[in-house]
Amino acid sequence: MSTASISSPSPRRPASSRSYRDMLAASTARTLTRRRIMSYVMVALTYGAALVATLPLIFILSHLVKEGASSVSWNFFTKIPKSVGETGGGMANAIAGTGILVLFASLLGLPVGIGAGLFLAEQRGTRLATVVRFLSDVLNGLPSIVLGIFGWQVLVRPFRHYSAMAGAVALAAMMIPLVTRATEEMIRLVPVSMREAALALGYSKWRTSLSVVLRTALPGIVTGALVAVARIAGETAPLIFTALGNQFWSVSPTQPIAALPMQIYIYATTPYDDLHAQAWAGALVLIGLVLVISLAARYVTRSRFGLGGD
Amino acid sequence: MTDASIAPTAQPAQAAGVRLGASGNGDRIYRWITTGMALVIPILLVLIAWEVFSGAWPALRKFGFSFLTSSQWDAVNGKFGAAPAIFGTLVSSLIALIIAVPLAVGVAIFLSEFAPTWIRQPVAFLVDLLAAIPSVVYGLWGILVLVPFLRVTIIPFIKDTLHLGSFPLFAGPAYGYGMLAAGLILAIMILPYISAVTREVLLAVPRSQREAALALGATRWEMIWDAVLPYARSGIIGGVILGLGRALGETMAVTMVIGNRPEISASLFAPGYTMASVIANEFSEATNDLHISALMAVGAVLFLLTIVVNMIARWLVWRMGREQGG
Repeated sequence: MSTASISSPSPRRPASSRSYRDMLAASTARTLTRRRIMSYVMVALTYGAALVATLPLIFILSHLVKEGASSVSWNFFTKIPKSVGETGGGMANAIAGTGILVLFASLLGLPVGIGAGLFLAEQRGTRLATVVRFLSDVLNGLPSIVLGIFGWQVLVRPFRHYSAMAGAVALAAMMIPLVTRATEEMIRLVPVSMREAALALGYSKWRTSLSVVLRTALPGIVTGALVAVARIAGETAPLIFTALGNQFWSVSPTQPIAALPMQIYIYATTPYDDLHAQAWAGALVLIGLVLVISLAARYVTRSRFGLGGD
Repeated sequence: MTDASIAPTAQPAQAAGVRLGASGNGDRIYRWITTGMALVIPILLVLIAWEVFSGAWPALRKFGFSFLTSSQWDAVNGKFGAAPAIFGTLVSSLIALIIAVPLAVGVAIFLSEFAPTWIRQPVAFLVDLLAAIPSVVYGLWGILVLVPFLRVTIIPFIKDTLHLGSFPLFAGPAYGYGMLAAGLILAIMILPYISAVTREVLLAVPRSQREAALALGATRWEMIWDAVLPYARSGIIGGVILGLGRALGETMAVTMVIGNRPEISASLFAPGYTMASVIANEFSEATNDLHISALMAVGAVLFLLTIVVNMIARWLVWRMGREQGG
C-alpha cells in the first residue's frame, strides 16, 4: 500500500537530516492529499452508482404511469379485445386468464413447495435433503423458456392443442423451488423450544410439525408464497407456446387462455399506436398487481403472528 | 435428536395405547408425504431434462457438432446452426455484465458502507424493486422508449458527433434494435440480483477487518479496496455469475429489443438473436418437426449452459460462507 513509503528508509543518504525530514514531510503530505482525493472521488462514484441504478426504475415507472393511466378505463377491465383495426376493447379475458393460470399453478406448486420445504427443514442433515436443496436451486436457475418447452412436451404435444393447464404446469415448475426455499427458511426460524414444548405435552411428531411449527411459520410461508405468485404472474416466456393466448373469453383449463403479460407482448410487437396504448395500460395493471401482492407479502410478515418482527 | 430426551417424560401422558399407535402411523404417513413432496423436485428436474433432450435429439443427431458451429439458421431449407444465437446470448450477457457489475458493486458498497442511514432503506427498496418488474414490462419500455432513443439520439451521436462510425464496433445502420439495446435492458434487469448478493456478502465482512484498515491509516476508500473487497471477493464473483445466469436465460425483454436476426456481427448496433429469443420467437410458428427439434436443441444448450453457470455461482457463494464460518 502507499503507506509503505512513509516507513521505508530512503536508499540515498540525505545531505542533512533536516532537509531530509522536510522532504519526507512534503512528500508524505502530497501522497496523503492524493490518497484523500482518491478516496473522495471513489466514494462519490458509489453515490453516483446508487443514483444511476435507481434512475431506470424512475424512468420506467414514470413512463408507465404517464402512458398507462390515460388508457386504463372501465372498458379495459370489462371488455375483451376488439379485432384488429377496430379501436376500443379491453383485456378482461387476459386479466381473468392470468388469475386462472396463477390459481392452477398455485394449486400444483404450493403443496409440493411447502411439503418439500418441511422436509428440508426437518431432515436438514440427511443426504437426500442436501441433494434436494441443491436441485431446487438448479431448478430455480433454469431459464423460464426451458420450462415452457417442458410444458409443451408434456401437455401440448400429446394432446395436439394448447391449453391453460400446460401453462399452469410450466408456471408451477417455476414456483416450486421458490416456495420450497421460503418454507424451509421460515421453518428454521421457529425456535426448537416450541417443538420441544409440543412434544413434551404429548403431541405426536406430525401434529407438532403441522399445528405448532407450521402454524408459527405460516405468515412467513404466506409471504414466500405471495412473492412466488407475484413472480409467476408477470411471466410470459413459459406461456407463449403452452397457454398460447386467446382473443376471446375463455376460462377452460383445456383451452388456450389469454394472460396479461402475453397480451402486452403481443400488442407491444405490433406497429399500431392504439394497441401500444393498450399494452401500456396492461403493463400498468400488471405492475399494480405485482406491487399489491408484494406489499401484501410484506404486510403479512409484519402481522402479529409473524416472526419477522424481531 | 431432541425427542429422544423428551420421550421418557412424555410417556405417562401417552398411556392410551390406541392413541400411541395412531400417532405412530400418523408420523409415518406425515414423513412419507413430505418425503414424497421433496422427491417431486429431483423427479421434475430429471423429467424436464429428459423432455428437452429427447425433443432435441432428432436435430442433434442430424446436425451433430455442426449444430453449435454453423451460423446458418434457415427454417425454409431445413438448415439449423445455433452459432448466431449462442454468440448473441454470450455477447448480450457480456455487455450487460460490463455495464451492470460496476454499478451493482458500487450500489452495494454505497448501501453497506457510505450511505446515510435515512437513505439506505429507500435506495435498497428501489433497487430491489427493479427485480420485481416483469420482464415483459422491460421489453415494452425497451421497444417504445429505449429503442427509439438509441436510434434517434445515442447512435447518431456516436456516429456523427464522435465520428466513430468507421469502427466495426459501431458500424452499420441505426435500427435501434440490436445488441446494445439488449445489453442495456439486461444490465438493468440483472443489476438488482448482483447488488443484493454483493450487499449481503459485504455485510458479512467482519467489522474488525474495517477497523484494522482504518487504524493503520487507510482512507475510507482504501479500507474498502484493500480490506473489505478482497475478503468478499469470491462472494461477489458468485453474485456476478448468478447475474450472468439470469442474463443468459432472460427471454422476453431481449426478444423484444434485439431485432431477432440470425446473424453474427461485430457491431453493437446490429440486430442479433439469443438462444432464449429464438425459441420464444419461432416455437409456436414452427411448421415442421425438424424446426421444433432444432429449437429444443437450442433449449438443451441453454439448459446446460445455465446449469453450469449456476453451479459455479453457488459453489463460490457457498465457499465464501464456509471460509467465514471457519
